[in-house]
Amino acid sequence: MQGPESHYQEYLAKGEFRIQRCDACNSHVFYPRLLCPHCGSSALKWIVPSGAGTVYSTTVMRRRPEAGGDYNVCLVDLEEGPRLMSRVDGPPPAAIGIGMRVKARIAGGGDAGFFVVFEPVGN
Amino acid sequence: MASNNLRGQTAAVGVGLSDFGDVPGFTHFELMAQAVERALADAGLKKADVDGVFATLEPSNLPVVAVCEYLGIRPKVMEGTMIGGSSFVNYLQWAALALQAGLCEVALITYGSNSRSGKRKPGGAVPIPYEGAYDARLVTAYALATARHMHQYGTTRAQLAEIPVAARAWARLNPKATQRGPLSIEDVIRSRMVSDPLTVADCCLISDGAGAVIMTRADRAKYLPRKPAYLLGVAAETSHLGIAQMADLTVTAAAQSGPRAFSMAGLAPKDVDVLSLYDAFSINTLLFLEDLGFCSKGEGGAFVSGGNIAPGGKLPVNTNGGGLSCMHPGMYGVFTIIETVTQLRGDAGERQVKDPKVGLAHGNGGSLSTQVTSLFGTEETL
Ligand SMILES: [Zn+2]
Repeated sequence: MQGPESHYQEYLAKGEFRIQRCDACNSHVFYPRLLCPHCGSSALKWIVPSGAGTVYSTTVMRRRPEAGGDYNVCLVDLEEGPRLMSRVDGPPPAAIGIGMRVKARIAGGGDAGFFVVFEPVGN
Repeated sequence: MASNNLRGQTAAVGVGLSDFGDVPGFTHFELMAQAVERALADAGLKKADVDGVFATLEPSNLPVVAVCEYLGIRPKVMEGTMIGGSSFVNYLQWAALALQAGLCEVALITYGSNSRSGKRKPGGAVPIPYEGAYDARLVTAYALATARHMHQYGTTRAQLAEIPVAARAWARLNPKATQRGPLSIEDVIRSRMVSDPLTVADCCLISDGAGAVIMTRADRAKYLPRKPAYLLGVAAETSHLGIAQMADLTVTAAAQSGPRAFSMAGLAPKDVDVLSLYDAFSINTLLFLEDLGFCSKGEGGAFVSGGNIAPGGKLPVNTNGGGLSCMHPGMYGVFTIIETVTQLRGDAGERQVKDPKVGLAHGNGGSLSTQVTSLFGTEETL
């Protein structure tokens, strides 16, 4: 037996980004939970989202060049509804704007574990 | 039964500030104890009178227990719920309930931190779920909210800069404030960028300091030496822990805590004479003015412009200089209460607002996660 958190990480490790969908109220849910935060049901099923999303807000975290330089942190609204914190890879951090269309990709691995980042669509 | 029965039943009868700013050589507990000694002296009460303790400190697993042991108090009521920097405004609610129910007679609310000298950065060490991989800092959430407010409502960088500029102008009237040099809108915008669009001048100070508030029931308060500041209303609300779970980054849970506190007090924003809003970042002040009903959503930028919340403006906000220019020792909530009480007593010296009757102290915690609104009034508001 294992919980949704552990399932989610297993999917990521296999190269699959999955989110949950509630059978009781049809809401999509991220991050993974045991109970739907909208209706309280435990009828949460894994689905594969389209991976498409839109940048809801974004910032450039300023960092000294010797420490790795500036980096992006943003919030992305998935097409299915849920919002997650992430970053957009590719363009310079200052070029990432609210409303930018992006697509999910799995990054990480090793000790850091796997996590979801985004890339601009249509570039 | 309506919650109106808390209105005016209890009062803040003593307040104390430790030495604050840059106070090397003191622990969190030592600064806290200094504030407690001063608050008790102010209230005309002794340590032995305290039978309710409401506290949290960052470097302890059992903070309120540690505070009780350090001070040598075995209280009848101890409460240390940690909801971030707003915890101390939240304690007003529980202290008022405990006092009114007769569970205790004299409540102490306190906090202290040596976060400047101790080189401790504010913010929890436990990563928020699914946010750890992106190296977000405390400022990140507030920067994301700011960017969204600018995008959605056209709030300008210069409008936002009015907030630290107003805080500094008030601080210049407060001899104890940490930052008292001149500060212009240009200075704010040209300061070092930390997390776009927030510069270092949009971020609160990191200070050493402590505060303490003594509360008792209104029937006892009137026999104590200082003019009581009666608690007229208080309400708390949480909307999320991590910023990604906040539904609309331009609307905080103050949009609920505010109306509930006003409803308990039987008051409206137009009745408020002086405000202390937890300004961890400049955007906080703007969001809370909107959410608490002092202006419409999206109009905060225009509302704070032209020095409207600065000395000489229409609405006095953060008259001690706030977390931006007076002090910010890790968590600021207790200091919003202390400044409100100081103003209602008429003790604020050069920064004193003329004859205030109603003061609002508002606490924020986490990443705009918890919002607690309190309203205090002088005797004539009862
Ligand atoms: Zn559901």
